[in-house]
Amino acid sequence: MTNAPQQNHISVQQQDFDLAAEYQALTANNQSDGAVVHFVGLVRDNNLGRQVQALELEHYPAMTSKALSELVDEARQRWDLGRVRLIHRVGKLGLGEQIVFVGVTSKHRGSAFAACEFLMDQLKTRAPFWKKEHTQQGEHWIEARESDRVKAGDW
Amino acid sequence: MIKVLFFAQLREVLGCANLELEANVRNIAELRAQLAQKGQSWQEFLASDKALVAVNQTLVNEDCALNSGDEVAFFPPVTGG
Repeated sequence: MTNAPQQNHISVQQQDFDLAAEYQALTANNQSDGAVVHFVGLVRDNNLGRQVQALELEHYPAMTSKALSELVDEARQRWDLGRVRLIHRVGKLGLGEQIVFVGVTSKHRGSAFAACEFLMDQLKTRAPFWKKEHTQQGEHWIEARESDRVKAGDW
Repeated sequence: MIKVLFFAQLREVLGCANLELEANVRNIAELRAQLAQKGQSWQEFLASDKALVAVNQTLVNEDCALNSGDEVAFFPPVTGG
């Protein structure tokens, strides 16, 4: 059952997600996995010294789900995982709002920690999302970070 | 015909979200060269070191062959997460 499609949940959406509901979806009727690791990315108020007021997230709709599914498939090839849930929001997001959720279950913690970090690192360089920053000085597109590219390449 | 899409900053600097052209280019490198003829900003921002490219929703390299009906997308390095 490990690779059954219903073990994956991938969503690109405007609406917020509920952490308690996500945890429930990862763990309900799942007695074979002893580890749950999740990551949540938030909109923070400062980027490279600029005071951020909001973020706007654009994506390439036809490609995003496909790209995220491929990342989950790769993670499953590397680690023995139970459930994987990946949510990425798009549209305009205010300070402190949730942007992204990655949740992974596995029998033991090692695989869950590694797969969660792997998915975030790969998502940062391979999934077609772009952030535009709104600041008091105006709006501009965020530039990709070399450190993200290096980190994704380390896996 | 080949459908070409542009996203994010690239869409804004080119002032173009999508276009269609005859499938008379064999690969991505040739497509970039043809689009570069549209003007200075096209030449500058579509350079292979600035714009990633996907064919039919999968990231590809310069030598990826193109066929009629393909959807090609150019975009800046991604910044999600």
